[in-house]
Amino acid sequence: MMFLEQVMAILWKDVRSEWRSKQMWTGMGLFAILVLVIFNFAFDLRVDNKAAVAPGALWVAFVFASMLGLGRTIAVEREKGTMDRLLLCPVDRKAVYLAKLLGNMLFIGVVEIVALPIFAVLFDVPLFFGPLLPIVLLGTLGIAAVGTLFAAMAAATRARELLLPILVFPLIVPVVIAAVRATGTLLVPAANEPPWLGLMAAFDVIFLSVSMLTFEYIVDE
Amino acid sequence: MALAKRETRVERRDASAKEGSQAKRLPVISMVLLALTFAGMMISIWMVFIYAPTDAIEGDAQRIFYFHLPSAIIGMLAFAIVAVGGVVYLWKKDERWDWAARAAAEVGAVFLTFALITGSIWGRTTWGTWWTWDARLTTTLILWFIYIGYLMLRSYMGRSEAGARAGAVLAIIGLIDVPIIYESVNWWRTLHPQAVLPIGSSPQLPPEMLLTLLVAFVTFTLLFSLLLMQLYQLEKMQTLAQRLRASVEV
Amino acid sequence: MDTPLLETTGLKKSFGLKTVLRGIDLAVCSGESVALMGANGAGKTTLLRILACLTSPSSGSARIDGWDSGRDAQRVRRLVGFVAHQPYLYDELTAEENLLFFGKMYAVKDARERAAQLLQRVGLEKRARERVGVLSRGQAQRLSLARALLHAPRVLLLDEPDAGLDEQGYELVEAVLAEHSAGGGAVLFTTHQLERALKLADSLVMLGKGRIVLQEKTAGLELERMRQEYQEVVR
Repeated sequence: MMFLEQVMAILWKDVRSEWRSKQMWTGMGLFAILVLVIFNFAFDLRVDNKAAVAPGALWVAFVFASMLGLGRTIAVEREKGTMDRLLLCPVDRKAVYLAKLLGNMLFIGVVEIVALPIFAVLFDVPLFFGPLLPIVLLGTLGIAAVGTLFAAMAAATRARELLLPILVFPLIVPVVIAAVRATGTLLVPAANEPPWLGLMAAFDVIFLSVSMLTFEYIVDE
Repeated sequence: MALAKRETRVERRDASAKEGSQAKRLPVISMVLLALTFAGMMISIWMVFIYAPTDAIEGDAQRIFYFHLPSAIIGMLAFAIVAVGGVVYLWKKDERWDWAARAAAEVGAVFLTFALITGSIWGRTTWGTWWTWDARLTTTLILWFIYIGYLMLRSYMGRSEAGARAGAVLAIIGLIDVPIIYESVNWWRTLHPQAVLPIGSSPQLPPEMLLTLLVAFVTFTLLFSLLLMQLYQLEKMQTLAQRLRASVEV
Repeated sequence: MDTPLLETTGLKKSFGLKTVLRGIDLAVCSGESVALMGANGAGKTTLLRILACLTSPSSGSARIDGWDSGRDAQRVRRLVGFVAHQPYLYDELTAEENLLFFGKMYAVKDARERAAQLLQRVGLEKRARERVGVLSRGQAQRLSLARALLHAPRVLLLDEPDAGLDEQGYELVEAVLAEHSAGGGAVLFTTHQLERALKLADSLVMLGKGRIVLQEKTAGLELERMRQEYQEVVR
């Protein structure tokens, strides 16, 4: 289908461009690790505390690293004031959104892959990669689905680094709650936990759709 | 020379005549609303402080509830207006809906701020804490942040079509999100049972209290409508003024 | 000419407090080539951007081949090729990769052959595998021209195509414009050079402070008289 081909083409173009310029990845990766280290000191973790604080620390690191990365992929296009080169083409704006979303998830994903082992070491926490994967995937998708849309919005203003978190944080509260609780349940299994994964999945589906449909109103002048 | 079309004098006279009669109607409605609101306020204050019986459990401090509940509900409904205004604006591209949305956002934010403050005071007098993370209060707080985000966004993007569209999208997403936020906080809270604010959850309100609440509700609705109208007019004036300045500048 | 290929009616554009276009009524037919002149800030680039569907007008409308640039923007984008001041290319990709990418975006059939063809046409076949970032400005502009022609548009818009081009580039642009008009397409280009305008275009349009102040066929125009008019407008 032409639509999917176009999504892949834009994604491939973005990845190739970033790869060749090598600016973003190292910065975001370092940032995530640093946040985790600071949390380690800030909470003065003794053995019994760690399991309680660890999931929160992890997701705070992910959320903040995401804020950095989200702004970047859109900024790349808007840098010379031109998302124009892409918008000039009769490409479906939904395809542009999806491509940007996937690109964001890829970048944030790389950061997460790097940060997770470090997290396991710092917090002395056993890491179950298997069950953790869906949580991280759904959580990241939720943050990125909303974040990609708002990054495009904030990119048009001067205070974009400030505005993006202000707009996005309140909206991703359900994802953060669910992700932290779900991660926590992995470390300390509890009975009668609400279906956090289900909540995240519902959130993702809803906001992916809405963002995809409204993206063109943000991005077309 | 220039190919611009000039309006004929007849067309211009007709247009301004229509504007004039419309303009005369508005202050009348505003005046009526103002009078009604004032009357409502007076009656409400009397009812809240004198007519309504003192609550058996909480004492006089409970009276703040009559101010808190209406402003909270209206503050939340106002956001629905912002979102609906946004949707219609995106669909019809008629800027008047955007004026309404923006006005509703400003008034709604004020009402919600008032609701948060009164809610906090009420919690303090009833339970001794200024804040509790119960689902309703937390969702109200998050909605408040979304309001502020909306106002900041509109402010940064200025008076432009792009700003109007961005605001509309934000409001739509926010509106869809609020119930989800509420549920997720609710689930989270079942794991940390804490003090719950008795926000209107008392099943039997004596009829005098119910009546007071109803009157307060009507009054706040009148106040909201009054402020909404004024701010709508303000938005309209500011936009038209900007347009006028633009066409005059050479 | 019956229905013009490109037509604007009462086109107005304001950015906040600044009004750039104050009502443009323009008609361009198939095979016609129009030179757009005016001082900087007179609205030339804005007009082109509206026609390329990069921005929408504050009021008024623009139609290309019957399609409205507001309602049917995606259709119009397919019909228009835009060579702007910036090359609208991706610096980190090679020339060939750029053309293939845009080929995908425009859903061009046989993109690879077309890209190779165009690279040869603009004289960049030897540089196909070089990153656009290392190309000179003139080469990037030529590649930008290739990009604009990729999807065989009916309307070609060029914003100061003579700026930043070398001699080979000039000749290329002239040839391309001639071919395009001969093929029934319409051309609208902006320029600051009067001789060029009179030589290449069928009609001359001058913009002053957002309005059309002059609109004439170039056949039979005298350079000296035009030069005086132009000075008036530009002041």
